Amino acid sequence: MLSYVIRRLLLMIVTLFGVSVAIFLLLRIVPGNIADILFDSAGLIDPAEKQKIVVDLGLDKPLPLQYAQWIAGLFRGDLGYSYVSEKPVIDEILPRIPITARLAGIALLFAVCTGVPLGVISAVRQNTWLDYGLRILSLSGLSMPAFWLGLLILMAFVHFFGTIPIYEREPATYWAWIQMLVIPAAAVGFRSSALIMRLTRSSMLEVLRQDYVRTARAKGLSEGAVTFDHALRNAVLPVITTIGVETAFLMGGLIVTETVFNIPGVARFLVEAIRWRDYPMVQNLVMFIALVVVTVNLLVDLTYMFVDPRIRYGG
Amino acid sequence: MNGGFLSDAVYWSRRYPLGVAGAVIMIVFVFAAVFAGTVAPLDPFTTNPRASLAPPGATYLMGADMMGRDVFSRMIHGARISLAVALGATFLGSGFGAALGLSSGYLGGWFDLVVQRVAEVMQSLPLLVMALVITASLGPSLINTIIAIAIPLIPNVARVIRSNVLSLREMPFVEAARATGMSEWRVAIIHVLPNTLAPLIVLATAQLGSTILTEASLSFLGLGVPEPWPSWGRMLSESAAEYVRTAPWLVIFPGLAISLVVFGTNLLGDALRDALDPRQRD
Repeated sequence: MLSYVIRRLLLMIVTLFGVSVAIFLLLRIVPGNIADILFDSAGLIDPAEKQKIVVDLGLDKPLPLQYAQWIAGLFRGDLGYSYVSEKPVIDEILPRIPITARLAGIALLFAVCTGVPLGVISAVRQNTWLDYGLRILSLSGLSMPAFWLGLLILMAFVHFFGTIPIYEREPATYWAWIQMLVIPAAAVGFRSSALIMRLTRSSMLEVLRQDYVRTARAKGLSEGAVTFDHALRNAVLPVITTIGVETAFLMGGLIVTETVFNIPGVARFLVEAIRWRDYPMVQNLVMFIALVVVTVNLLVDLTYMFVDPRIRYGG
Repeated sequence: MNGGFLSDAVYWSRRYPLGVAGAVIMIVFVFAAVFAGTVAPLDPFTTNPRASLAPPGATYLMGADMMGRDVFSRMIHGARISLAVALGATFLGSGFGAALGLSSGYLGGWFDLVVQRVAEVMQSLPLLVMALVITASLGPSLINTIIAIAIPLIPNVARVIRSNVLSLREMPFVEAARATGMSEWRVAIIHVLPNTLAPLIVLATAQLGSTILTEASLSFLGLGVPEPWPSWGRMLSESAAEYVRTAPWLVIFPGLAISLVVFGTNLLGDALRDALDPRQRD
């Protein structure tokens, strides 16, 4: 058990190392560095000045050295400086994390609270009109681009209130809080909810066919007791395993939804950093995202082990 | 099933009504993409300052955009972009993924180990994030968008095919082929590969939708297919939040097209999964 955890932690480090090498190289195979771009856009042509920028940013050093410096900095909590704002990267990223985390948390809560019950209903009423309706609903949730749903919501706002909600750091009223957090979160969560609904439905159908469910029915338990005490408990396990996948899925939705609703979180910030070719920012943000995904996956596996007594990993 | 096309169609639509609905949506979509030049009433690139933001009407069925280009014609031509990206990225991603999965499952050893670790690295980044970083590195163009979406698809395909291959190579018919003295590669190509086709087709169809959505998101963020290509995602990007107020038709129609096509691929994907891969049936 302990050795399993240690092995997983080691693998996690290997994975993160792989991500760091991949992202570092990916951002440096592009022809033209930031100095070229700054010069192209500003129209400056003094080569001496350009050389000074290259040296200041350490772009003249060999790649392995640049990489080593970045990683050494990561361990000291020094992520370098943004090319654009010239502020320390960490000061730019840290304040944006809680905004996105809150949004993601509400979205996930929304997704689970709607996805699991609707999936159960759909399975219990398999091949009825209710089931077809819910399946079409979940399939449309998976088919709609998250940003379009966001735009439709904005359209509804314009129609009913005549304005679009504007993000405030400290919402004054509950209504403002709902407008700026809960509604975008629901827009992001709708897709995840659709995914959870599908998974719950198929996992529930699988379980309902098992012998122990038939036994429970045979000994005269009510349909409700069979569904909730016997079937659902076993059916949610595979749904838990996919929370890792959900997190990655949610991240894509957060990027576009934060853009649509103009929310200054980390997800939208990644797009801005990419547009500005602010590479110190991009590489650290990507590392952060990978860290979140890998950690969530590890936590999910460990939780799974505690929840399901049948699973005991070797060691 | 010898009553010709019509009775076939009736048979399939009884058996898989949703799958046939998906297939119909896809046929309309592919038709629009292939014959875009003939179907579209106006030229999608011609600008007309006088028609800027014209609402839907007789000339402009779905209105006109900021530059006075016909939205309906741009939508039809946009089907080409979506189709090119969906097919291109899916073929590339599934092809490379299947090749890697087949060889790593078959060869095992250190090669398998390396492929597994690389797949893990790739799967620790969300599809959109990875596609964003790759387009940032390659620069925006149609081909680069296809590549950027194809690469993140590889690990998933490779894993599914690998686990399939692992169970197939223990099958008696594979052992029998080996016993007749066939070389390992011949066994792999002639006996194992064809048996991985069903899960591969199911997986590839399931991914069509997400490639279309990813292209739309990339283009929406301004990092996908560049102007003047009429990509559906791109049509939504240019200050879409502003058009929500002033020209809702610019927001509604492209989004509807994306959703409908992805809905079609999902319906088709589910039906194919039920038909070809009975183990996953629910």
